[in-house]
Amino acid sequence: MHDAPTDVLTDTYSEVEYFGDLMRVTEGRTNEQLTRMVVRASADCPAWLRRFGARLQPSLRGTLHLGRTNAFFLGGGKALMNSYYAAAERRGVSVHYDTEVVSLDIVDGRFCGATVRRPGGDTAIRARTLVLASGGFESNLEWLKEIWGDAADNFIIRGTPYNRGTMLKQMIACGAQSIGDPTECHAIAVDARAPKFDGGIVTRLDSVPFGIVVNARGERFYDEGEDFWPKRYAIWGRLIARQPDQIAYSIVDAKTSGAFMPSVFPPMVATSIRELAVLLGLGADTLEATVAAFNRGVRPGSFDHTVLDGCRTEGLAPDKTHWAQPIDTPPFWGYPLRPGITFTYLGLKVDERARVLMADGQPAANIFAAGEIMAGNILGKGYVGGVGMTIGTVFGRIAGREAASHVGG
Amino acid sequence: MLAADLVRQGQHVMTVCNSCRYCEAYCPVFPAMEDRLTFAKRDLTYLANLCHNCGECLYACQYAPPHEFGINVPRTLAEIRVASYEEYCWPPALGGAFRRQPLLTALSLAAGLALLILLARAFSGDEPGPGDFYGVVPHHVMVTLFSVVALFVVVALAMACARFWRDVSPSVRLKPDPAHKDGPNPANRERKAQNGKRSMQGIVDALTLRHLHDAGADCTDAEERRGPWRRWLHHCTFYGFALCFASTSVAAVYHLLLGWRAPYAYTSLPVVLGTAGGLGLLVGPAGLLAIRQVRDEALADPAQRGLDLSFIAMLFVTSFTGLVLMALRDGRFMPPLLVVHLASVLALFLMLPYGKFVHGIYRMAALIKFARESDRRT
Repeated sequence: MHDAPTDVLTDTYSEVEYFGDLMRVTEGRTNEQLTRMVVRASADCPAWLRRFGARLQPSLRGTLHLGRTNAFFLGGGKALMNSYYAAAERRGVSVHYDTEVVSLDIVDGRFCGATVRRPGGDTAIRARTLVLASGGFESNLEWLKEIWGDAADNFIIRGTPYNRGTMLKQMIACGAQSIGDPTECHAIAVDARAPKFDGGIVTRLDSVPFGIVVNARGERFYDEGEDFWPKRYAIWGRLIARQPDQIAYSIVDAKTSGAFMPSVFPPMVATSIRELAVLLGLGADTLEATVAAFNRGVRPGSFDHTVLDGCRTEGLAPDKTHWAQPIDTPPFWGYPLRPGITFTYLGLKVDERARVLMADGQPAANIFAAGEIMAGNILGKGYVGGVGMTIGTVFGRIAGREAASHVGG
Repeated sequence: MLAADLVRQGQHVMTVCNSCRYCEAYCPVFPAMEDRLTFAKRDLTYLANLCHNCGECLYACQYAPPHEFGINVPRTLAEIRVASYEEYCWPPALGGAFRRQPLLTALSLAAGLALLILLARAFSGDEPGPGDFYGVVPHHVMVTLFSVVALFVVVALAMACARFWRDVSPSVRLKPDPAHKDGPNPANRERKAQNGKRSMQGIVDALTLRHLHDAGADCTDAEERRGPWRRWLHHCTFYGFALCFASTSVAAVYHLLLGWRAPYAYTSLPVVLGTAGGLGLLVGPAGLLAIRQVRDEALADPAQRGLDLSFIAMLFVTSFTGLVLMALRDGRFMPPLLVVHLASVLALFLMLPYGKFVHGIYRMAALIKFARESDRRT
């Protein structure tokens, strides 16, 4: 939040508005006290992270609608982490890379040590305190399959392959209270040709509201023009996950060229819908029929993708309620889509000092959590752009301070 | 030549960058990239010559190796850059020079030495007095030789620059305005005036190396290792070169217009300018060499080592011999020192259109183009 324009943010984004946005997207599945704390503490995050070498830039071109609410890291998340690591090393913190914690030694809710796996083998280490910042479990394909069954085979994991939820699972087994729906994840539509892991931002596709989306049977299944893309961005992963073979195809025509952010993968290009169907591996007759029915259903209107315009269809199931234009101008473009998982919602319950709460309701004396592993306390559902970074920064600072004072005291 | 696989690699890199955009505020390469949806050869050439090789985007990139996308913007653009030097070189037949730099530099130095020795033998007086340069190589011989070389160098560089500009910046004329059907569209004139103003911005950006420190920090030598030294040492080199050029120009005015003959006093303008420039040309190239040796190799195209080192070496040798000559000009070693110095100046000049020097020409042209395109980005 900010109460006045800054060098990288326009206008204002008040505590009331930010808090309201979080209440709205989570539909109340949130700890109001912690949420309010995060919103307030977000105001001085930019100054804090700049102290450690992070640089911010105004919102990126192509995302101008975020200029009021979101500052961007210059160079992105990896640049941020590089500056944090360098700042830590300057302060004498030693960082062990390629070192995974494989088990925790927790006795009566108290952390005593951990076993770490290095390329050379496993080692037991003793420590006086623990900050868990190991993320969710979205990269753990076996765990995803327990929830989603074979459909999970067709999911794409947008981030690192290391968020396997090992710590999360172990803490829950050791009696930590969990929070957040264990079966829920945030998933968007990504290009089906994306790498299985770590495709990051470049595999997303913003073409959905500009055309139609069909499933493997060549049929439309949801209102592509329901709302602005940023708001509807996150439902499409889930929608595609429910379609046969977890695949869908976004189809647009030449009229929309240049209207959405380019994707890293080239579109399949064809001069007719029939030809496009062949390229996409869809039934040519069904796809032609779907497009023809859509085009017949389009009501006249004046197209403007920057507002909820009046261009809609009538008489279709489902209708497209905004930005509906006939798909009639070759060349036609097709993009294959799959569900791309951003994060999972299951986490550890914490108090305002970032202490992990145990089964008896008491906070663990020396175990703290920060970031995605506890984001479910604030974000029980939905997503607001950048809030993951805010939670990570605010609770990372709290957890670090508390852990340090625990050791010092 | 820009090989097909290098073009494909450049397109791959730019396509990934263009759908990410997190590096947008580092330098002009990224905003210029965002103005484009596709990347033809000429776009890649332009972007490659905009790149100052500051290195930030490699360390920031989540798609850098070992990621399967294998994105390394600084190295890919460096490879495209040298290919563009070859492509626009004039005469085109000499394009291969950029790949054989140490050999050609050594050859031109040797040829320069041989020529100067011959000239000195042919024209030298019996016993040149202290500081009597023209007793070793007569003034008219020196002027003729260097005028011919300089003229050739200027033509070659101008042709190369023109070839580059024509390719990356095809001229766009607005269609005749129906209201002015007899004459050209007045918007053309307006744009021309605006272009002039913006070109100045591009030139200033080039001369100040603005983009090596414009994103809130100095440029990198390795991950999270930033410093102003590369920029300052480049300034030493470039402005050292400029001062030496100024020194020669002032000396020419003295000689031709005022009839004052060399050698000039140590406190005279040509000597002061030349000494300051020569020192800059010692410190700058030596420092740049040192930085190059410790800089992260991932940022550079290893094939260009010879190209860089040859230019650095020639600048250093030229300024070093010049300073030694000035110091010992009244002694008995003046004639051989003069021959060596003139030979290195000659070799340096001959190699200007076929060596690392051209980066400055294309960089400035690219920055001018970038400044002229600025209305696309408002």
